Parts: sequence; structure tokens; C-alpha cells
Amino acid sequence: MAVAGISRRQALKSVAAGAATTAILAHEAVAAATTPPRKHHWGMVIDTQRCVGCEACVIACKIENMTPPGVFYTVVTREPLPGSRNDRPVFMTKPCFHCEEPPCVPVCPVNATYKRPSDGIVVVDYDRCIGCRYCIAACPYGARWFDFGDDFQFLPAAGDQVSPEYKQYRVRTPDGSPVGNVRKCTFCLHLQDESGEYDRSAGRWPACAKTCPGHAIIFGDLDDPESEVSKILRERNAVRLKEELGTEPSVYYLL
Amino acid sequence: MTLKRAFWTVGLLGLVPLGIGFYLRLTTGHELANYGSIIPWGLGVAQYIYFVGLSAGAFLLSSLVYVFGVKRFEPIGRLAVFTAIVSLLLALLAIWVDIGHMERFWYVFVYANFTSPMAWMIWLYTAYFVLLVVEFWLLMRRDLAVARTLPGWRGRVASVVGLWSRDTSDAGLVRDMRWVKVLAAIGVPLAIMFHGGVGALFGVLASRPYWHSGLYPIIFLVSALASGGALLAVASAVFQEGWRAHRQMLIDLGRVVLGLLLLDALLQFSEILVGLYGGDKGFVESLQLVLSGPYWWVFWIDQMLLGLAFPVIVLASRLHLDPRWVTAACAGVVLGFIGVRLNIVVPGLSVEEIQGLTEAIADPRVSLAYFPSAFEWMIAIGIAGLGFVLFGLGEIFLPLSRHLQPDANVHGGAR
Repeated sequence: MAVAGISRRQALKSVAAGAATTAILAHEAVAAATTPPRKHHWGMVIDTQRCVGCEACVIACKIENMTPPGVFYTVVTREPLPGSRNDRPVFMTKPCFHCEEPPCVPVCPVNATYKRPSDGIVVVDYDRCIGCRYCIAACPYGARWFDFGDDFQFLPAAGDQVSPEYKQYRVRTPDGSPVGNVRKCTFCLHLQDESGEYDRSAGRWPACAKTCPGHAIIFGDLDDPESEVSKILRERNAVRLKEELGTEPSVYYLL
Repeated sequence: MTLKRAFWTVGLLGLVPLGIGFYLRLTTGHELANYGSIIPWGLGVAQYIYFVGLSAGAFLLSSLVYVFGVKRFEPIGRLAVFTAIVSLLLALLAIWVDIGHMERFWYVFVYANFTSPMAWMIWLYTAYFVLLVVEFWLLMRRDLAVARTLPGWRGRVASVVGLWSRDTSDAGLVRDMRWVKVLAAIGVPLAIMFHGGVGALFGVLASRPYWHSGLYPIIFLVSALASGGALLAVASAVFQEGWRAHRQMLIDLGRVVLGLLLLDALLQFSEILVGLYGGDKGFVESLQLVLSGPYWWVFWIDQMLLGLAFPVIVLASRLHLDPRWVTAACAGVVLGFIGVRLNIVVPGLSVEEIQGLTEAIADPRVSLAYFPSAFEWMIAIGIAGLGFVLFGLGEIFLPLSRHLQPDANVHGGAR
């Protein structure tokens, strides 16, 4: 049956195509309207010349985030430079790099890990993560850790430890999240205020950067040209690790 | 008979460690596992890709019968689909206990991420699983309708499994087979997509040079066909009438497996040589672990000797005319591919992404060394044992290798 030269089949096709287009456009419009604008780009500059390898950042991080054994949001590696003696190693503290193009995010089967649109911090939704550990395999920097449920032998038993992570203050139980989840550095985002700002003078600053006695870990907003990190990046030659992978890390190193 | 008894003994004994392992998984989570945050995937994931490959391979070979009409493999068509179902069930069990929160598996369907190869893989094998079950039911329906007249519990089981279908007519059979052809035709691209997807899951990771290759999805498919074909040959040699009844077909299947095995070896050697010549540090380190690491024998003894050299020698020589040798060669392939799967998962992860990362922390979870714990072995062996039991149950209840005749003496036929 044809009306004005248009068959029913054609009409149905057009309607279907129109509906699909509308659905896609609507989805994008909703996404655009609900995504908060980028306010910050938090990042770090780590000066290996100033690092003495004391690992205070590792300890500060563990105490701040109450991480269990085997979970280290930051580590300090010690490697001799090629051609130099082993008594003058290069120390390198390595948190999560909060990449602008994080390889861990697109692989998550349930969207449990994502990059916060407002400030670029890569986070894990503990209530959604199924613990498949694909993101650990996908991260080129070894920045993700699985919580196996292990506990420290000489610390209060599970149940007494409360982590302030994500301002969720979860009580650690043997089988509840974050046990069985993948965990990672959050730039201590639980220390941000309601509007997403850190305040160094008030002590609301990532624990590793706050603690570092040599001021080797410099934290700040890479989008703010007046921040300490931006100034250093203008003045000195910084490198990022594995640039060839296109991950665009937010953590820079000074050699 | 003694072989059959050994088969059942292995299977039933396997259920004991499975029970213990499952209990430990529910009560202690992942605490007893030996993988960590540097090597996040271990025996469980290797077992998963092993069984999922067997499933896809067996199913794709069944399509020779049901899509492409290759008559000579007709007697193992149903066995192939049954093998695909059993293997997939084992694979899903292996990966289910491996994830951190077993109770959240269904999130993959609710919180869909369209950019995740893992999510696509799960959706595709869910569709594949449904298709397998429906296709298998259609393949069995007439025989179940015949077998429901058997006296006692066998007849009752057949009646329930057959959803009380009574139609034993030839017209009904023709109608079933028409639907089977449609389903099998849909299943071919589905199986290729989902198992290629398993390969892509590894291949897309630029962080892991050992996996990051366009050949990966292709290698997964070819190795699935080779190992699935080999398992099918072993199953048809021991199942029901066994190798005596399937002489010529086993010889033909041996030829198919030989071709697939050589193609798989070609792809693997290409992968190894190109990567080695390129000299990417991560790739070479992984490859060194495979070839000369602490578990060198997995590659040289299991993969190369048992899984490649032995079957190729048998299948390419005059021995391939003896179905018993074909069965032995195919058993070698089935066992050899366990090594292939282990050597994909573990060495790809067992390299430092940041130099000095594993020395920075003294913790067993931050280590490049990995050997499965007793807990992991119990689960793995238990799942294999469950496979034996499921095959055994199939042998008892399902007339897999031939059709029952509606008028014939069914009382003797359903054994």
C-alpha cells in the first residue's frame, strides 16, 4: 500500500531511523547537561633530585587511607642510573598518574571506574566494581591494587579500621567492599571541601605531598597557570612516563 | 569397563576439592589465592580461556554438520554441541569464582560499558549460551520424545527434559532440523565474535606488550578450533559406542585437527619471531619467561612436545590410520593447550611495568613470581572433575551419537 508514493516499508524505515537519531541526540544532550564542567586538573610534579628515598610518603599514604597490606597507592622505587654507581640510585615515588586518557577506564565492564569530569581524578565505585581486575592488567603503570582481604597482623582486627576514602568511612569487614575490589590512589580527594577545593594551609592536601620532607612531591592544579606545578613545568624540563602509549599522565617527573 | 570406572572415579573425586574450594572461596574470598596486584590473573583465568576455547572450537566444528552439511561428521554433531555446552559451563564457573564479588556478576548487564571488550565478551557468550541450549534441545527433542516411553526414572527424566514433547514423527524431526540450521548459522558468527573477543580482551592492552598484537583474536580462534576438535575426537572415541563405531570419522577428524594445529603453530611462531626481532623489552621479558623461565617445561614439554610434536608426528604419519593413535594424539593436543593458556595469561603479566616496582615493596602480593596455591588447584581440579561428571551424565542420559528409532526396541537403545 502506497500513500503519496511512499510505501509502508519506507515509512517504517524512516520512522525507525528518526527514532534512533532522536534517542542518540537525547542521550548526548542529557550527558552534556548533567556532566559538570571541568574545574580543575589536579596533577603532580615529582622532583627526583629532591627525593632521598625516605618513603615517608608511602607511610603517610597508608595511614591516611588505611590501606591493607599489599595495597600501596604510592611506592618509592630505587634504581641505579645506567652507568652510575649503586650508591647513588634514583628514587622515584609513583602514585596513580590520573591520566587524561586512562587505559583502565574504557576496559571496565561495568563502568565502575571513571575519570571525574570536574577535576580529572580517576576513581573506583566500590559498590559497583565486580573485582575482575581487568583494569589492573590495563594500567601500564602498576597503579592499581586488588584488596584481597588481608589484614595486618598486629593492628586492630578487621572491623575496627575505618578508611576515610571517598568520604565513605567504610568499616572494614572480611567480605564487604572494598575487599574484593580494585583500589587506587585518589589524590586524597576525601580532603576536598564541598566545592572540590583542597586547602594546603588547613592540611587538606594529598598525604604524600603534605608529608614529603624534601618537598619533592608538588601537587596542584595543572589548569591554573599560577599554581606551583604550572610554574615549575614552565621553568624546567619535565618528563612523563611511557608517553608513547598516549595516556597523557597528570604526573610529571623532574630528573 | 575399567576405563569407564576410572573415568567416574576421577570425576567424582574431583567434586571433593571443588566442594572444599568453593566453600573456601565463599568463606575466605581471595585471601588464599596466590595471585596479587602485579599478576592479577592466574590459574582461574587460564582455565577460563582454556574451556571457553574448547567450547567455541567444538561448536564451530558442529557447524560443519548443521550449517555446511558435511555428512561424514554427522555422528558427532550432537556430541559437539554437548561438548560446547559442558565446556562453556566449566569456563563460566571458573571465571565466576575468580571475580572479587561473585554476587555482582549481573552488573555487566545493568551497568553496560560499550567500550569494554570484557563486557562485549560476556554479552556475546550469554547469547551464545542460550543459543547452544536451544539448539541442543532441538537436536535431542525427538529422541527425548521417544525415550519418554522408557520404563522407570529414565523415561521420566526424558519426559521432563524433553518438555513433555510427544511428537516422534519424521515431519517433526525435519522441522527441528530446519530450526537447528538457522540457529547454527547464527551461532557461527556469534562464536567467532565472542571467542575473537576473548582474544581481543588481551590483545587491546597496550600496557602488556606480550598480548598487544592484532594476531591475538585470530590465534584464539584457530587454537580454539584445534583444541576443540581434539577434545571432540577424544570424546567421540570414548563416548558410548566409542572409537570402534567411529573409525573413519576419527581418522577424518584427525586430519582436520592436524591442519588446524599446524596453522596455529604457524601463527604462534610468527607472533614469537616478530616480537623477538622487534625487541620490545616487555615482550622479550615475557617470552624469556616462557622459553627459559622457572616454568620452561610448560612450554617445552607440555606445549611443544605433548601438544605439538607428538600429535603432528602421529597425525602426519601412517599411525593416523589407527583411530586409537588419533585419539592419543588428540589427547596430547587437549593437554598441551592447558600449557598454551597458562603461557598466555601469566607471562604476559609477570613483567615489571615500572622498573623496581616489585622490589619497592616487600609483600607477597607485589611479586613477579606466581605459582597457584592449594586453594586455586582445588578449584581448578574440581572444575575439571565436574567436567568428567557432566560428560558421564550425558553418556548415561543422552543418546548423543545416534538417533533412537521410534519403532525400535528403545529399551536397549538408550543406554
